[in-house]
Amino acid sequence: MGAVFEGKDKEMTQALQNLFWILIFPGFVFTVCLGLVASWIVRKVSSLVQWRVGPPFFQPFYDVVKLMGKEVLIPEEAQQTVFKAAPVVGLAGVLLLSTMLWRITIDPTRLFVGDIIVAIYLMVLPSLALILGSSASASPHAAVGTSREMKLVMGYELSLVLAFIVVIIKSGGQLSLAAIAQQTPVFSISGLLAFLAALLCVQAKLGFVPFDMAEAETELASGALIEYSGALLAVWKVMQAMMLVALPLFLVMVFLGGFTGALWAGIAKYVLVLVLLILIKNTNPRVRIDQAMKFFWFYCGVVLVAAVILAIIGNSYGINWL
Amino acid sequence: MSWKIWSLKKSPWVFHVNTGACNNCDIEIVDLLTPKFDVERLGIKLVGSPRHADALLVTGGVTRQAAPRLREVYRQTPKPCVVFAIGACACDKGIFTTGYHMVGPVDKIIKEIDPNAIIAYVPGCPPKPEAIISGVVTALSVL
Repeated sequence: MGAVFEGKDKEMTQALQNLFWILIFPGFVFTVCLGLVASWIVRKVSSLVQWRVGPPFFQPFYDVVKLMGKEVLIPEEAQQTVFKAAPVVGLAGVLLLSTMLWRITIDPTRLFVGDIIVAIYLMVLPSLALILGSSASASPHAAVGTSREMKLVMGYELSLVLAFIVVIIKSGGQLSLAAIAQQTPVFSISGLLAFLAALLCVQAKLGFVPFDMAEAETELASGALIEYSGALLAVWKVMQAMMLVALPLFLVMVFLGGFTGALWAGIAKYVLVLVLLILIKNTNPRVRIDQAMKFFWFYCGVVLVAAVILAIIGNSYGINWL
Repeated sequence: MSWKIWSLKKSPWVFHVNTGACNNCDIEIVDLLTPKFDVERLGIKLVGSPRHADALLVTGGVTRQAAPRLREVYRQTPKPCVVFAIGACACDKGIFTTGYHMVGPVDKIIKEIDPNAIIAYVPGCPPKPEAIISGVVTALSVL
């Protein structure tokens, strides 16, 4: 390998290294494997809660392989290009987000890879892709699912940004994720409130019960994803698995101090957030979309405004526990 | 064995189609998903859309109204897929053999549009959940 690269630019090696980061190690392959394990954990813990045995360890892997081998059906009336491109767009968004988060986790001292604003933008992409793809599928069930997903995004996005504003204030106006991950704002009143609200927003972002109305199996027959089959559905499933890695990891970095301490402590924090999400999922019924919006705007919104005010007071008077 | 069939056996997602059953077989199918039988340990999952399905669990002897719907659902299911005729009615019209409104049984309707369809039969009125699991496992093992 050395002989091959000898005559080439340093930039070329740099580009190959970046490609390796995105496609193999902290990026695609690694996150997909980890995400499939995480979705196994979701299914296994759910079945333990329901006093069942649950699926075998490789079940999510089998599911994806099987979907890859199935026929891809595309509805005649669908907008073909958008219908096919949407899952890939969503996957690209999550891929960038997870690569960015892992790069910062592994080597926080490196140059700029992205700050909290970039992360917030990238986190919207999967929902946006879902809205695009399902509205391109020309199915009435998908249309209802899409409208619910749109309302849900409008509902939780405000709360999520307010929760991150609390963290930014607590860290003294820092926007860089590497700097934010050095602190644990959850050990203060405002930080704890923001963490709990952000946990529920992530629940909605992952499409877990109580906020799974866009994919409602019972009345919408899997709603937004109803027309997807075969490899396209596999891409959606892989995307959702990767979100199971990226979003809890993001919460761990922003609120719980990230992987700054020992490695096992970081993994324990991630598993803690994941299990919290699973337990919320398994102990709640689905709410209606209007209840979800009311919950995010009025209840979470008020709590978060109070948290922002507490954080500002705490910051300006130097009271760390506020 | 190709990897497509291998992975299909490992995670058969099922879609439930009622073509005029008396609801007894449907109750037994719902029984399968309860913690007692827990088919998720075999990778079996009930899905809401035929486009996600690998197996159709068809109950009932196919009424005149239901026949075009059954054909449409079969066309909407991505191949390879397996059709399970669950219960005496779905296998051979059962006690409705001479019924004026029955155009089934299931295999006849499915074979009209796809002569090579893979169809498995689980008889019984209704079949026990154990019989349904046994039927699914047997059908998948000969695939």
